[in-house]
Amino acid sequence: MMKSIWKAGPLLWLSALMIITALCLVFLYAPTERTMGDVQRIFYFHVSSAWVGFFAFFVTFFAGIAYLRTKKRLWDIVGHSSSEIGIVFTSMAVLTGSIWAKPTWNAWYPWEQEPRLILVSILLLIYFAYHMLRAFVRESEQRARFAAVYGIVAFVGVPLTFMSIRWWQSLHPVVFASKGSGLTPPMLWTFLFCLLSFTILYFVFLIQRCRLSILADQVEDLKRRVLHE
Amino acid sequence: MNTIRSALTIVWKDMITEWRTKEMFSSMFVFILLVIVIFKFSFDLRISNAALLVPGILWAALTFAGTLQLGRAASLEVEDAHVDGLLLAPVPRSAIYVGKALGNLVFMSITELIMLPIFSALFNLNLFQPLILLAIFLGTVGFASVGTLLSTMAAYSRAREVMLPVLLFPIVLPIVIAAVKLTAGVIDGGTWQELAVWVRFLIAFDIIFLAISLMTFRFVVEG
Repeated sequence: MMKSIWKAGPLLWLSALMIITALCLVFLYAPTERTMGDVQRIFYFHVSSAWVGFFAFFVTFFAGIAYLRTKKRLWDIVGHSSSEIGIVFTSMAVLTGSIWAKPTWNAWYPWEQEPRLILVSILLLIYFAYHMLRAFVRESEQRARFAAVYGIVAFVGVPLTFMSIRWWQSLHPVVFASKGSGLTPPMLWTFLFCLLSFTILYFVFLIQRCRLSILADQVEDLKRRVLHE
Repeated sequence: MNTIRSALTIVWKDMITEWRTKEMFSSMFVFILLVIVIFKFSFDLRISNAALLVPGILWAALTFAGTLQLGRAASLEVEDAHVDGLLLAPVPRSAIYVGKALGNLVFMSITELIMLPIFSALFNLNLFQPLILLAIFLGTVGFASVGTLLSTMAAYSRAREVMLPVLLFPIVLPIVIAAVKLTAGVIDGGTWQELAVWVRFLIAFDIIFLAISLMTFRFVVEG
């Protein structure tokens, strides 16, 4: 019964197809940017990973609230899984960003100039702390409660950090202004397609990771039952 | 009304415990002296005007001392299950949180009052200015409010001494940034117009952290 709900199946194939299409779009369809050249092509996957990272942490926040309200083990699993995926995608955003920053700004990680880099470092630290907390609390019901509370506090704290850093360094270069993104229509379409493919990829990962946790729970349950007999 | 009275009773209980043992203040005093001396000499060797670093050193010292104090207060409560007595008392959970947070605020403020004259003397800089005191007060309110929540969680975990700073530091960062900027602004002789934004930030952060801790504390201690 559980298996039929938690199999990614068609979604998995869809996301594989979309990521391959996205790669083709990025390298074949999108035009080369005039000033930055080919290195700009990393932008499509960079922003998509960053978006999925933030979205995943939002899901952890939401799952935390849902867990505290319902006390259903499933919400704890969703929050935990989503935060893991969030760390992976945020790290990917950092890596791709560094590869882009080296030729463009001539530095791998110029975090004294770009507040978003500080924000991302703090974000990763907070969610590492989230996983440490989970690792260091033994009892599973208590672990779920603490993780839910920390997931909520963390998600509220992050925008505050961003605001304070923004005010602290009001001179940072704006890479993509909010008005008039400077993207031509083919670039914009490629970008939106990448965003969608990454979001679907996120859900595939989330379903697989949750399924893994549910199966691990079942194994644990079976083990206990065998030991009792 | 009942909530406030219960909270004040908890603060009073903690004060009496501290008055009888004098554990926290004696250790805090030595710790702060050490932190100041280490910072003073490690920077003095390289930089001629160490006063430039005062806002940073002040807040680093406050953060370390505050973390130690929060950790100590929480583990005293959780060790030997003292907290169960509190939880059995017929008071709302929010009263326990408010009492604990207020107690932490009072203890941290007293420590800071001991620390400031030493700081002023060693760095030859008058820190007793209304806006610096305001920055310290507002920063401590935010620190104590979210710190009370996280230190209770850390106290229940293994390796609690490591857990608390790992959980707390990334979360209180906005408060530390705003407080350092405000303190530095006052030392550099900034006008109220320039500094008001940081005061507003600190007040807003305090309210947000206080609200979120108040809402989630009961989930940490239940069960």
